[in-house]
Amino acid sequence: MKEYQSWGRVFHYEHKIRPVLWRDSDLRLNELDAPVLPFGLGRSYGDSCLNDGGYLLDARPLNRFISLDREKGLLRCEAGVSLAEILKLIVPHNWFLSVTPGTKFITLGGAIANDVHGKNHAYAGTFGAHVTQFELLRSNGDRLLCSPTQNTDFFKATIGGLGLTGLILWAEIQLKRIESPFIEEDIIKFDNLDEFFEIAADSEEAYEHTVAWINSSATGASLGKGLFMRGNNAAPPFAETPHQPSDLQITVPFDAPDFVLNKATMRALNALYYGQQAAKIKHRLAHYESFFYPLDAILQWNRGYGKRGFMQYQCIVPYDDNHRAIQQILEKVAASGLTPSFLNVFKTFGDYPSPGMLSFPRKGVTLAIDFANEGQATLDFQDELDRIVLDSGGTGGYAAKDARISPAFFRAFYPQMDEFSQYVDPKFSSSFWRRVTGRRANNQ
Amino acid sequence: MKIAKETTMKKNLIIGGVAAIAAAVITKSNIEKSRAIRRDFVKTRHKVLIVGATSAIAQETAKRFAEEGNDLFLVARNEANLNAVADDLRARGANKVETAVLDLNELSEHTGLLEQVTQSLGGLDIALIAHGTLGDQEASQSDFDIARQELKTNFLSIVSLLTLIANQFEAQKSGVIAVVSSVAGDRGRGSNYVYGAAKAGVTTFLQGLRNRLSKAGVTVITIKPGFVDTPMTAHIEKGPLFVGPDVIATGIYQAILNKQDVVYLPVFWFGIMSVIRHIPEGIFKRLSL
Ligand SMILES: Cc1cc2nc3c(=O)[nH]c(=O)nc-3n(C[C@H](O)[C@H](O)[C@H](O)COP(=O)(O)OP(=O)(O)OC[C@H]3O[C@@H](n4cnc5c(N)ncnc54)[C@H](O)[C@@H]3O)c2cc1C
Ligand SMILES: NC(=O)c1ccc[n+]([C@@H]2O[C@H](COP(=O)([O-])OP(=O)(O)OC[C@H]3O[C@@H](n4cnc5c(N)ncnc54)[C@H](OP(=O)(O)O)[C@@H]3O)[C@@H](O)[C@H]2O)c1
Repeated sequence: MKEYQSWGRVFHYEHKIRPVLWRDSDLRLNELDAPVLPFGLGRSYGDSCLNDGGYLLDARPLNRFISLDREKGLLRCEAGVSLAEILKLIVPHNWFLSVTPGTKFITLGGAIANDVHGKNHAYAGTFGAHVTQFELLRSNGDRLLCSPTQNTDFFKATIGGLGLTGLILWAEIQLKRIESPFIEEDIIKFDNLDEFFEIAADSEEAYEHTVAWINSSATGASLGKGLFMRGNNAAPPFAETPHQPSDLQITVPFDAPDFVLNKATMRALNALYYGQQAAKIKHRLAHYESFFYPLDAILQWNRGYGKRGFMQYQCIVPYDDNHRAIQQILEKVAASGLTPSFLNVFKTFGDYPSPGMLSFPRKGVTLAIDFANEGQATLDFQDELDRIVLDSGGTGGYAAKDARISPAFFRAFYPQMDEFSQYVDPKFSSSFWRRVTGRRANNQ
Repeated sequence: MKIAKETTMKKNLIIGGVAAIAAAVITKSNIEKSRAIRRDFVKTRHKVLIVGATSAIAQETAKRFAEEGNDLFLVARNEANLNAVADDLRARGANKVETAVLDLNELSEHTGLLEQVTQSLGGLDIALIAHGTLGDQEASQSDFDIARQELKTNFLSIVSLLTLIANQFEAQKSGVIAVVSSVAGDRGRGSNYVYGAAKAGVTTFLQGLRNRLSKAGVTVITIKPGFVDTPMTAHIEKGPLFVGPDVIATGIYQAILNKQDVVYLPVFWFGIMSVIRHIPEGIFKRLSL
């Protein structure tokens, strides 16, 4: 049965559930006795998709397509449709998502509400940059058609608006033309941070998609070593046989016992993953599934972190600090005594402006690190990272990931939060929003 | 004691291993056979009628037919919802989607409906009937008019439709009829016997119809879902036996593909209902179910 939890499995909240079945259902949100929050597929790590003691409007049943213009690549569908369902429909017609995050198991509504980013930020910006219009349901029953030319304030507030401005009923997005489901991919081994930045700079022009995985167990001269993946959509005819994704779907059936994930196993995993490639550079014709969604092959891999769950810390630091902040963060992680994580991702963000008022991405390098939840130590440690990020002039507190940022840091990273607040629907709230605004549950 | 336990464990492991290998061999040959059936099935464009098309189970089933480019005719009573479903199926690749808005309790409209369906699709190959209401047992107990309404929706309207469809399929000597009945029709329970009686009626009616129409080469399928998480059960607390409507839809699609007779969905309900059907009435009547 469906669980109303977030991906990190740290919070165990009580919710009242209201499924949204039809886009013209009369939801009478005004009459409910507690705050409401839309819920998609719960792929946010922290508490931005949770609403302790309140209602969750389950948007998943809104999963119908409305129209696909196969010539122009305009797709209109209800907000609960998942990216996986969209891809299944559009890829055979040679269209793809203009921007996609690292999992396809999220909804269209969730993608807009967190204004998610992919591996091609410098090329295409955020997901919201390709949203042409949507309909927003407010708790007073108003239905606002929002686009870059209509209700533009609500358009900007709702993209990256964390589900707080109302319920997105349906949206229209501009797709990207592709000529095959494959990606010409290079995988390059880098030995340290400087090398990462060199490869990233070299790849900027010629490669649309770039991402790097780093081995957080490495220290000293190999601090920041890892694998750099870069690629472009491929066009036939192909010189080599495309690599097909395996049909095998693995599911982690229950929470792993604590001994499965500890320092030793994490180191071993890191070593295994990063040591597996002997050559400096490897080329392959990868299927989009394995290029964009390598983790989706293992369903519910989040259970691997055991009963206490885990957190992801993501920040952006500007380019102009000579990588000092990144280096400091990695050194701190390696020295922290916390269980080193396996998933540490580097991406670069370009100049492309985000359409959302509260959107996270801006120019710089973004780093995402997973932490097994080890209680207070894990929380305190992330506070220290926030300090480094703030001092570098960077940004933290990405709501799609965050489970713990303090109101003071949030305000420092998002001074526009007051402007945004004007558009928050009086009936809508989330555990995240109450936390970062320092409000209690009962005064919404 | 400990040793005894270990030997049983070993024995269990061996039995388990052998069973797994046997299952793998059987599954492999089954997979090949069902792939061939599927290839044949998708080669033709089917003309499919879906009654109660806004039902969660029907929507999920219709998607599968749409994705394979079939011609669909959808019937439901809520126009806006029906249009939302029709748009979805068009976008998913249905070759043609026609609709009619009808409260299926308007029995006198059924003849006209079937004519319209046959005409606009240019014939009919497959009919899926999925509409229904769970009803309020207590209200039905205290007011016969409510009970009658439940029986009309869940039994009579289906009999009316099937009478027409059966005669048409019998005359054309082909066709597949699939009707969503329920495990609730397998045994009457104090908590929902009006609904249960209607479903039992449907199940028995289909049994007879299958017996009659098999001579004409017409397939009649009784679908018996267990607990499904749909708007119909929105007010019921969800236990571990609940599945999503997509699971039922896959089962319905398979049953149509394989021209099965009776399917319990998911299949474990066959086991559960075998047990429940065999509880002696003397004991059963004292249980609160
Ligand atoms: C493995 C993995 C990889 C990821 N990779 C990336 C990545 O590369 N880049 C990135 O940016 N993110 C990434 N994420 C985060 C993920 O993309 C976001 O958290 C996304 O918003 C989740 O969408 P969801 O449908 O699960 O929504 P939920 O998590 O359920 O909700 C997220 C937010 O959307 C709101 N919302 C949902 N539906 C609606 C609606 N109909 N109307 C209004 N608001 C709505 C909710 O209220 C909530 O605020 C990743 C997550 C995972 C698990
Ligand atoms: N859910 C379960 O646990 C379960 C278990 C076993 C069997 N079933 C059976 O599965 C079938 C589908 O139900 P579901 O679970 O998918 O629930 P559902 O989504 O509530 O679907 C029921 C559908 O029947 C329609 N309907 C009811 N009376 C009608 C009428 N007089 N005229 C036209 N349409 C009418 C409803 O239309 P409106 O939306 O306009 O009301 C609705 O679309 C039903 O036959 C049900 O008995 C369900």
